[in-house]
Amino acid sequence: MSIIENHETVGSPLSEGAKLRARDVCVFYGEKQAIYNVSLDIRQNEVIALIGPSGCGKSTFLRCLNRMNDTIDICNVTGEILLDGDNIYDPRVDVVPLRATVGMVFQKPNPFPKSIYDNIAYGPRIHGLASSRVELDEIVEKSLQRAGLWNEVKDRLHAPGTGLSGGQQQRLCIARTIAVDPEVILMDEPCSALDPIATAKIEELIDELRENYTIAIVTHSMQQAARVSQRTAYFHLGQLIEVNATDKVFTTPEHQLTEAYITGRFG
Amino acid sequence: MTDSTMTTRQKVEASMRRRRAAETRFRLYGMASVLFGLLCLVVLFGDIFSKGTSAFSQTVLTTTIEIDGDYLDITPDSSESDIMSANYDGLIKRHFKNDVQPKGRSEARSLFSLISSGAGWQIQSQVLEDPSIIGKTVTVDLLVDDDVDQWFKHEYGNDSGSVRLSEKQLEWITGWIESDALKTQFNTTFFVNGDSREPELAGIRGAITGTLLTLLVTFLLSFPIGVAAAIYLEEFAPKNRLTEIVEININNLAAVPSITFGLLGLAIFINIFGVSRSTPLVGGLVLTLMTLPTIIISGRAAIKAVPPSIREAALGLGASKMQTVFHHVLPLAMPGMLTGTIIGMAQALGETAPLLMIGMIAFVVDVPGFINDPSTVLPVQIFLWSDSPERAFTERTSGAIMVLLGFLIIMNTAAVMLRRRLERRW
Repeated sequence: MSIIENHETVGSPLSEGAKLRARDVCVFYGEKQAIYNVSLDIRQNEVIALIGPSGCGKSTFLRCLNRMNDTIDICNVTGEILLDGDNIYDPRVDVVPLRATVGMVFQKPNPFPKSIYDNIAYGPRIHGLASSRVELDEIVEKSLQRAGLWNEVKDRLHAPGTGLSGGQQQRLCIARTIAVDPEVILMDEPCSALDPIATAKIEELIDELRENYTIAIVTHSMQQAARVSQRTAYFHLGQLIEVNATDKVFTTPEHQLTEAYITGRFG
Repeated sequence: MTDSTMTTRQKVEASMRRRRAAETRFRLYGMASVLFGLLCLVVLFGDIFSKGTSAFSQTVLTTTIEIDGDYLDITPDSSESDIMSANYDGLIKRHFKNDVQPKGRSEARSLFSLISSGAGWQIQSQVLEDPSIIGKTVTVDLLVDDDVDQWFKHEYGNDSGSVRLSEKQLEWITGWIESDALKTQFNTTFFVNGDSREPELAGIRGAITGTLLTLLVTFLLSFPIGVAAAIYLEEFAPKNRLTEIVEININNLAAVPSITFGLLGLAIFINIFGVSRSTPLVGGLVLTLMTLPTIIISGRAAIKAVPPSIREAALGLGASKMQTVFHHVLPLAMPGMLTGTIIGMAQALGETAPLLMIGMIAFVVDVPGFINDPSTVLPVQIFLWSDSPERAFTERTSGAIMVLLGFLIIMNTAAVMLRRRLERRW
C-alpha cells in the first residue's frame, strides 16, 4: 500500500466555529514524512475519535495539537493549527500556556512518583491557579471528583500516586489534566494499558467530560470509538481519509479504505 | 548408526553430552576467575594487615621521674612561656644517667638514644597541663625510640638475627623488661600527630585533615559543576556536532592519566593564577578536574534513566522545560548522581600522582587548619612513608593504608546503600 495521490478527505472534516482547526498539516521526522496535508476541525464540546492502523500518524497528529512533538528534535511540522483562531505554531506562541489550555492524557498512566494530592496540585501550583491552601484543596477535590476517583482515594490523598491500580492511575492522570482547567483534552490511547472494567470507567468519564471540554481521543479499539465519540476520523498512512459522524463511519463508510479497516480486512 | 538413520530426537540426545560438558567447563572457568580475584584480595589484605596492625601499638617505658623545679628553673607560678622553654630533655637525660649509671659519654649517648626525642615534649605537655606537679615525683609513660619499639614488638622472645641494638643497650632494655617498665599500649600518637622524622612521633592526623579539606574543596566544586553540566548536556544542549565533540571529550577526559591533571594544575592554578602550592585548595582544584568527568558521565546516565513518560506528563501539564527538569527529572536522577559523586570522591581520595605534581608531597608537620595551609593527603603520606628506611615507618605505611581502605570501604558502602535505598521509585 502506498499513499494516495491527490487525495481529498471525504466526509465533513471542516465545520463552522470549530475550537481547533488544522490546515494542511504535514509532519516530518527528519527526511521521512509522517503526515500529509491533514485538514481537520474539532468542534467545541465534542469527542472526536482518531482511528486507523498502527503507524498511520494518528498519535503524531494528536501530539501536534499541543506541540508535544516539539520535544522530538528531528520532528518538523508545517501548516497551521488554529486554537480559537490563533495559530499555535506561530513563533511568538509560548508552549507553556498552550499546554495548559490543551491538556494531554497519555497511553501509559504516568503519575508522578509523588502523593496523589501532589500529583493533582502540581499543575495548579506551577500555573499559580490557587491563591491559598484552601483553594488548592478545593481544586484537588473537584478534579478528583470529576475524574470519579474522589471516593476511592479521599482517605489516602497523601499516599503515593504510583501505588494505585492501573485504571485508578489513569483516572488520576485525567484528574491531573483537569486540575489546570484546560479547554481541550487530548487522549492518546488512554485505555490501551487497562482491563475492560477500568476501560469502561474511563469511557464513562470521557462521556461526562464532554459537557465541559473538547476532547480528541486516539484509539485502537473501534468499539471504543463507537461508544465515546460523536465524530470519527480515519487515518491511513499519514493521510486523513475520512471524517464523518461516528454512526455513519461505522455503518455506511464513504471511503473504501475506511470500510476495509472497520470490517477488519487490515489494521 | 549413520546420521541419516538417526531420528531428530536421537540427534538431540547425542549433542546433549557435548553441550553439557561445554556448560560445565564454562562454569568452572567462571569460578576459577572469581577464586583468583578473591585470592588476590586475601593476599593483599593479609599482607597489609599482618604488617599494619602493629602500627596501632606503641612501646612505652614507665618510669618515675622527679620534675625538679630547680633544675628546670621553673615554679608552679612561672609563666607559660617559661614552662614551655624549660630543658626537659636535660631532665630526662639526668634522670636516666642517675638511674642506669652508664660509663663514659659514648655509653651515655647510646643510652639516651633508646628514649624517643619526643619524650621531653611529653613531660612538657604534662607540666603545662598541671603546673602543680613541678617539684613532685611523677610516674610517666615515656615513648621509646623506634628501634626499641620494633625490637620489643617483633624480636623480643624470638632469636631473630638482625638487631640494630648493641649488647649494652639490650642489657638495659632487658633490665627494664624485668622490672616490668616496658610495655606496649594503644598508639594514640599515630592518630593525633602530624608527620615527623621520628617514626614513634609520626601520625596521620595531618594527612587525614588534609584529605578531608581537599575532598571538601573537590566536592564543593565538582558536584555543582558536574550536575549542572550533566543537566545541560542531557536536557538543554542542542544535539549537534559541537555538543557531540564535547561529549566525546568528556569521555576522553575520564581516561586521561591522572598525573596529567597534576601537570595541568601546576601550570594553570599555581603558575598562572598563583594559588599557593601544597594546599588543599589547589589539591581540591586538581582533583575536581579529575572527578568531573566521572560525575558528569554518571549524572547523564542517571538523567537518561528517568522514564520519558515523567517528562511528558510534566510537559503536557504546561510545565516549562526548567520546571520539568528541576521538579521531576532531577529528584529522580539524584540517587544515581550521588552514587556517581561518591564513587568519584572515592577515586579522588585514593589519588596520589596529580598531587605529587602540585607539591603536596612536601614534608608537613603541622596539621592544616584551613584550605590554604600547606598539607599532605593520606595516599601521599603513605607514599612518603613507604620511602623511609626505618622499619617502624614500614608498619606505619601499612597502618595508614588500613585507614585509607577503611575510608574507601565506608564511602563505597554508602554509595551502594544509597543506590539500594533510593533507586527505582517510580
